[in-house]
Amino acid sequence: MSEETPLPAVAAVPDPGPEHPAPERPSVHGEHHEIEKGTSLWRDAWKRLKKNRVAVASAIILIVLVLVCIIHPEVTKYPYDQANLKLGATSPSWRDHWFGTDDYGRDLFSRVTFGGRVSLAVGVIATFISFTIGVSYGAIAGYFGGRIDGIMMRIVDVLYTLPLLVFEILLTAFFANKDTIFYEWFIAVLGIFKDDPTDPAFLPLFKIVFVFGALGTMSWLTMARIVRGQVISLRGQLFVEAAQSVGVSDMRLIFRHLIPNALGPIIVYTTLTIPEVMLTEAFLSFLGLGTEEPLSSWGQLVSNGVESLDLNPWLTIFPGVMLAVTLFCFNFLGDGLRDALDPRIRKD
Amino acid sequence: MLAFILRRLLTIIPTLFLVATLVFVLVRLAPGGPFDAEREVPAEVKKALDEKFHLNDPITTQYKDWLVQLVTKGSLGPSMKYSNRTVEEIIGITLPVSMELGLWAMLVALAIGVPLGILGAVRQNTWKDSLAMASAMLGISIPRFVLAPLLVLVLSLKLYLLPVARWESWRHMVLPVFCAALPMAAYIARLARAGMLEVIRSDFVRTARAKGLSERVIILRHALKGGMLPVVSFIGPGFAGLLVGSLVVEKIFDIPGMGRYLVESVLNKDYYLTAGIALVYGTLLMVSNTAVDIAYKFLDPRVELDR
Repeated sequence: MSEETPLPAVAAVPDPGPEHPAPERPSVHGEHHEIEKGTSLWRDAWKRLKKNRVAVASAIILIVLVLVCIIHPEVTKYPYDQANLKLGATSPSWRDHWFGTDDYGRDLFSRVTFGGRVSLAVGVIATFISFTIGVSYGAIAGYFGGRIDGIMMRIVDVLYTLPLLVFEILLTAFFANKDTIFYEWFIAVLGIFKDDPTDPAFLPLFKIVFVFGALGTMSWLTMARIVRGQVISLRGQLFVEAAQSVGVSDMRLIFRHLIPNALGPIIVYTTLTIPEVMLTEAFLSFLGLGTEEPLSSWGQLVSNGVESLDLNPWLTIFPGVMLAVTLFCFNFLGDGLRDALDPRIRKD
Repeated sequence: MLAFILRRLLTIIPTLFLVATLVFVLVRLAPGGPFDAEREVPAEVKKALDEKFHLNDPITTQYKDWLVQLVTKGSLGPSMKYSNRTVEEIIGITLPVSMELGLWAMLVALAIGVPLGILGAVRQNTWKDSLAMASAMLGISIPRFVLAPLLVLVLSLKLYLLPVARWESWRHMVLPVFCAALPMAAYIARLARAGMLEVIRSDFVRTARAKGLSERVIILRHALKGGMLPVVSFIGPGFAGLLVGSLVVEKIFDIPGMGRYLVESVLNKDYYLTAGIALVYGTLLMVSNTAVDIAYKFLDPRVELDR
């Protein structure tokens, strides 16, 4: 009972009064100076993220990795597809070939950095496609609600029950080749940039582009669900009503007002989609369905390396470890972003 | 309850029909056929083969025949590459192997993941928690086809502890099962930790503490049941993911499972075999999801099933 402050003492405390109307007891959080400075979700999130050392380290490693993958293939004296049959497979050395060479005498470091471009590009482009589809789909379903929402989300439910990985295998195996309409589209687009788009040398490129598309169009389901949930919780708020009352159109309201307000979870999930998509591409390439020679990707390099695991283990180890490190960093960064941006699921 | 189970089983049927249709359409839309191999087949032979497999019929007729055969006789058609064997024969031989791998992997994943997750939750924000969650993240991030070769390299090729490949004795099973299980164990650990954390903070656990129960009894008797709900709901899709994910494990360890035939049949354009295996995967996914939904009802009576 003694803990209860007697009434007179309350009166004795100087009343914060008019300068601090403070309806929400800011001092309880012990950081009301922050509130005075004017804080935002983004500044708070940035502060929280900076405190998460593993996430920061992951981000730095990723930036370095991306830079190396972008720059190294341009400046190296051993292009990724330059064979040296006389040399053959050699083990890694500090002097010349840092990661050794493969059976054709191609520099593995160059192949790994070039493969990194492909793997990262898959991660970014396929995620972008899934982001575009998932965000618009979820936002439209959530905003209009009612029967439209019912039908749209029922479709997502059904798609969820399908074995999507099996369909991805079927799609890439069947349609990433010369006789499909997709190849004609690809040639049409490529024709804008190159004089001879039908050159068979572009076929591996087409396969990769196809994998981008196939993975992107199949990994938007969770995003759609998350965005829908967000939009539904935002829909009833006053700023939406205000926008509607001044005659903002539905589409503008969705894309200019609702989606930006749901950006936190969207960013978090996007970061987590990247490693997922990269893993799927690597999986397909490992099965011999994605990236093809002479191009390389991490999954395909591992797949080739495994065949001579006994003799040339470095051919498996380097690309495999690169892939694992990249996925690890993306996952940790995504987790860190979730802790930072989504205060409700914070770890305490 | 019974009505619910029946209704859930009935909703499987239209979805399976959808899967069957999608697979059939995909397989048949693909350019090229099963008999345009590198070696040129004489025109008459090809014609006879097309005749034998009814490839000259209109595609709608083929689809109808395939479905009717499937529903009335449970037949999935002949394999085109493995002559004189039907698809259900091949699946009948290979599916048990895949299931054996999958079930063992699931058990191992639960045996690793659940204790790790509980440890993380009970010792929240200590070094034990951080270590458990960091290793879970590592497990999620290392693809199976990277982990498997590395383990083979160290344990089989350098230390000669375990066999490199094949599927014969328990010693052959250790590496494939572990490789298939690890990513799943990592997911389970994270889910178990999150579930336990939520339950540990709830009122009934506080009551149990107030009664003076030992921490051990509180965790194992009271909190565990509720804390495992996220894990249970993951087992359904997780098991199906495990089967498909085991594709690479089967390939690396040369295990005669169904997954190998999926990739092979896809590359060979062995239409009926591809469709059959895809259908089996779809069925497994849906059955395990339904089983999980039903198990959920037993674990958490608050869940309203009859929506």
